Amino acid sequence: MENFKEILINITYLVASFLFIFGIKRMSSPATAKNGNLISGIGMLLAIVVTLMDRHIISYELIIAGLVIGSAIGAVLAYKVQMTAMPQMVGLLNGFGGGASALVGMAEYYHVSLLGFPDDGGKFLVSVGLSLLIGAVTFTGSLIAFGKLQGIVTGKVVKIPGQNVVVILLILAIFTLIGLGISQPDNMLFFELVVGLSLLLGVLLVMPIGGADMPVAISLLNSYSGIAGSATGFVIDNNMLIIAGALVGASGIILTNIMCKAMNRSIMNVLLGGWANVADTGAGDSSAADKVVKSVDTEEAAMLFSGASKVMIVPGYGMAVSQAQHAVKELMNVLEKNGTDVRFAIHPVAGRMPGHMNILLAESNVPYDKLFPLDEINDDFKNVDISLVIGANDVVNPAARNNPQSTIYGMPILNVDYSKTVIVVKRSMNAGYAGIENDLFYMDNTLMYFGDAKDAISKLVNELKAMNS
Amino acid sequence: MEGTSLLMLIYVFVLAAFVGVELINKVPPTLHTPLMSGSNAISGITIIGSLIAAGIGETNASSIMGFVAVVFAMINVVGGYLVTDRMLRMFKKK
Repeated sequence: MENFKEILINITYLVASFLFIFGIKRMSSPATAKNGNLISGIGMLLAIVVTLMDRHIISYELIIAGLVIGSAIGAVLAYKVQMTAMPQMVGLLNGFGGGASALVGMAEYYHVSLLGFPDDGGKFLVSVGLSLLIGAVTFTGSLIAFGKLQGIVTGKVVKIPGQNVVVILLILAIFTLIGLGISQPDNMLFFELVVGLSLLLGVLLVMPIGGADMPVAISLLNSYSGIAGSATGFVIDNNMLIIAGALVGASGIILTNIMCKAMNRSIMNVLLGGWANVADTGAGDSSAADKVVKSVDTEEAAMLFSGASKVMIVPGYGMAVSQAQHAVKELMNVLEKNGTDVRFAIHPVAGRMPGHMNILLAESNVPYDKLFPLDEINDDFKNVDISLVIGANDVVNPAARNNPQSTIYGMPILNVDYSKTVIVVKRSMNAGYAGIENDLFYMDNTLMYFGDAKDAISKLVNELKAMNS
Repeated sequence: MEGTSLLMLIYVFVLAAFVGVELINKVPPTLHTPLMSGSNAISGITIIGSLIAAGIGETNASSIMGFVAVVFAMINVVGGYLVTDRMLRMFKKK
């Protein structure tokens, strides 16, 4: 009977692993993605139910309490969170996953220490060490990322004196402690110190990452949470954990890579603390005094839009901050009613996580086939009458193309300056995250439309409606 | 699964990572946020280890840690799947 149960459990784990893979496969198109998520969820449910039959489980009180409390918190978070706050939500969830992996590693270690370590316990102890390290780093790193995105922790680049040296010493200390823990498994202090130092390491690794670099941090922490799961799989000899963790680890690494490429920066450059580090020589000609900025009011902007036949909207983090996505959708409706062709161009790092703009526009019911990624749309700007830039800055700065001295030189940008007219919705002339001037604002075909994004777009919509009626 | 060789586990890890890379590369940028939250939910699979740790039958450091791990992992699993579903419901074609 026990043997039969064991076989049943393992077969179900195999089925669940298959469902995870199949579920992710169906994520390759918006039409099938919802179904894919459901399939992956069924895999998870099967895995949980069948694990409850495991012969190591003797009492259910703590399990049931944990399942109920965790599910309730998770459900409330999932239904309450605003779409604009999705980056911090994902950051927080990453943290819980990593924390759980570290806790399981530690619990297993304590448990096995009571039973006495086997002679060939090397593999077990190595795995425990790694799951503690990666899990704890993911936990505090994600909490800091959450805090930065939520505005609880400063979004600026924060470094302690000798940051890089301290981090390297910390990593060396952690690996030394893991080594000591393996050679003297009965002395629990070593692994306990590994946890403590790893928690500190997580904080130090994420503090130097500034606001607009968050897409990289979130992607990387996503990857860590998967790898932590895999490490826990090595601790408890469970293939399904290893498979699921590896899938997530791969997903996070790929997204991290896409984000870095979209900023033309190496992963190390992002992790070590951002553009603030780069010696800036690009500001040489940025004495704003001798440059002319042309601005428009609502009425003039509406006139321009009513005469345009092709409009491209370029959203950025500013759209999320001012919750302007619904106003933007209304603008799209009015323009389309007028016979204007409206499309959206999305830069990979627009917003605070990969795909951030896409979910906001989906929330306001903009069909996803109107959204185009950079490489598909960039050659089209020359045919566009008006590019409307909403709360985006560095990702449309032509210096990335033209000025080899600029800190952002080489970064792929959306070529809005090639369109006939550019209208930039912006609160003020302040610089973007990279801290540099944007030449786009001073170009002959650029008009600044000052104001809060939501406010400005709503006024524009009303003006257009009044003109049409 | 006692006695599984380390090499076997590494095999599984490497092959799964390879499958992951192949699959994720096909996900379009428009779905990157749901992909993240959805894969995030999958990383909550560590719930399996949490359940076993919480159910060992004695109340000690291990089982308390197991209990906290179950709570954490379930937040990750339930929150991750539900929020992904909520987002994906919004994606509409014209």
